[in-house]
Amino acid sequence: MSDHIAKAYDQDIAALKTQLAEMGGIAEEQLANAIQALSRRDVILADQVIRNDDKLDELERRIEEKAILTIAKRQPMALDLREIMVAIRVASDIERIGDLAKNTAKRTHAISEALPRKLASGLTRMGAMAQAQLKQVLDAYAERDSIKGRAVWHADGDLDALYNSIFRELLTYMMEDPRNIGMCTHLLFGAKNLERIGDHTTNIAENIHYLIHGETILEARPKKDVTSMMQLGT
Amino acid sequence: MDHIQPPIITPTAPRVLSDKTMRIAARDVNIYYGDKHAIKHLSIDIPDKAVSAFIGPSGCGKSTFLRAINRMNDTIPSCRMTGEIEMDGKNIYDPAVDVVQLRSHVGMVFQKPNPFPKSIYENVAYGPRIHGLARTKSDLDDIVEKSLKKAGLFEEVKDRLAHPGTGLSGGQQQRLCIARAIAVNPEVILMDEPCSALDPIATARIEELIDNLRQNYCIIIVTHSMQQAARVSQLTAFFHLGNLVEYGDTDVMFTKPQDKRTQDYITGRFG
Repeated sequence: MSDHIAKAYDQDIAALKTQLAEMGGIAEEQLANAIQALSRRDVILADQVIRNDDKLDELERRIEEKAILTIAKRQPMALDLREIMVAIRVASDIERIGDLAKNTAKRTHAISEALPRKLASGLTRMGAMAQAQLKQVLDAYAERDSIKGRAVWHADGDLDALYNSIFRELLTYMMEDPRNIGMCTHLLFGAKNLERIGDHTTNIAENIHYLIHGETILEARPKKDVTSMMQLGT
Repeated sequence: MDHIQPPIITPTAPRVLSDKTMRIAARDVNIYYGDKHAIKHLSIDIPDKAVSAFIGPSGCGKSTFLRAINRMNDTIPSCRMTGEIEMDGKNIYDPAVDVVQLRSHVGMVFQKPNPFPKSIYENVAYGPRIHGLARTKSDLDDIVEKSLKKAGLFEEVKDRLAHPGTGLSGGQQQRLCIARAIAVNPEVILMDEPCSALDPIATARIEELIDNLRQNYCIIIVTHSMQQAARVSQLTAFFHLGNLVEYGDTDVMFTKPQDKRTQDYITGRFG
């Protein structure tokens, strides 16, 4: 796309992109640290994640402010309008991802005993998948690559499937020994957070499609989270 | 001729047009000023009871085409036209067409308000009188009042109808010109940048008026303000270097234009 006649307009949009890239980088790091903190019960790292969340909140606020000011000053049209609307939405999704990472990290404090190996590995796998998808979607956004974004959109079902199996496993542990209930509940919330992060990643993928093509994806999302229908003992 | 006949551009917007009939149809229109080819092979269908906005950079031909719709270009000696423009199925360039009659069906409002140097009343009464639309004085009074009301001006001027039209503010003068245009019961109203000389409040009044008028008229507005085109029109046509590039649903045009030239223009980029 060629440059605007008014150079300051290009600078406004470039500034938004830079801030979003920064925000995405912080969110990736927060998510990686949150998973590591929880699976290794590293409370120092967990506290670091909790403290760093402020940065994401502040960046989201700045992006929103910049976007509103740009709309007021430039009355953007077509691609520019989509660029700015998508920046606001993506910033809000990244901010939510940050909150979920923080919430996951917080639970580190509540788990006193070591995690059974199988559970730890399941959670780590889910974390790695959520991280990979977040990275891929942020790359797709930075590169304006809707095919890459679309791949993330399709992959969300895998994260849901993994969540289902962790959910089942946690239920089994809880039924085996009620003393596991405390830890398992926290882990369940942790896993649910990762699943929710996948949903926000999918939102971002949909916004990339809208940004590039000017239309929304009308297909139903590839949802595979069936935990709301699961019963004890099934 | 070795040019490829461009397709007739009917608006690509079934959403807003499903219940609309076409009022104006242009077929392979070419307009020249001397050697300059100002409009190139333009074919377009323009619906009734809707506002179509013509946008494009200066010199793109949008005003030239607008003026062709009520044969205003006839007065320019170097101007020549080929092709056909039909209104309700009749060729308006047919030698049998009376241009004065045509212009009573196709009203025009200009960039600068241009009231006659007469009273407010006479400005509006003039057209109906010469076209014989009123038989009695009270008929004429009625037409003047109704036209001023439709133009949203009556309340502001009802106590000074005998005062000169030129004594009104710019925005009021423009509404007076609109009242004058609608007094002769036109089917089509052409507006050539009607708000470019007005402040934002007067502009908002005219835009509100255009929105009310569209229920009864086919309105075509040439504007340099993209925001205005987006606000007042249901359809937008983008002109570039004498070509009609794109014509369609305004909502789509300003969020997802199909042609790169349109995108570059409306987003303020180098073409």
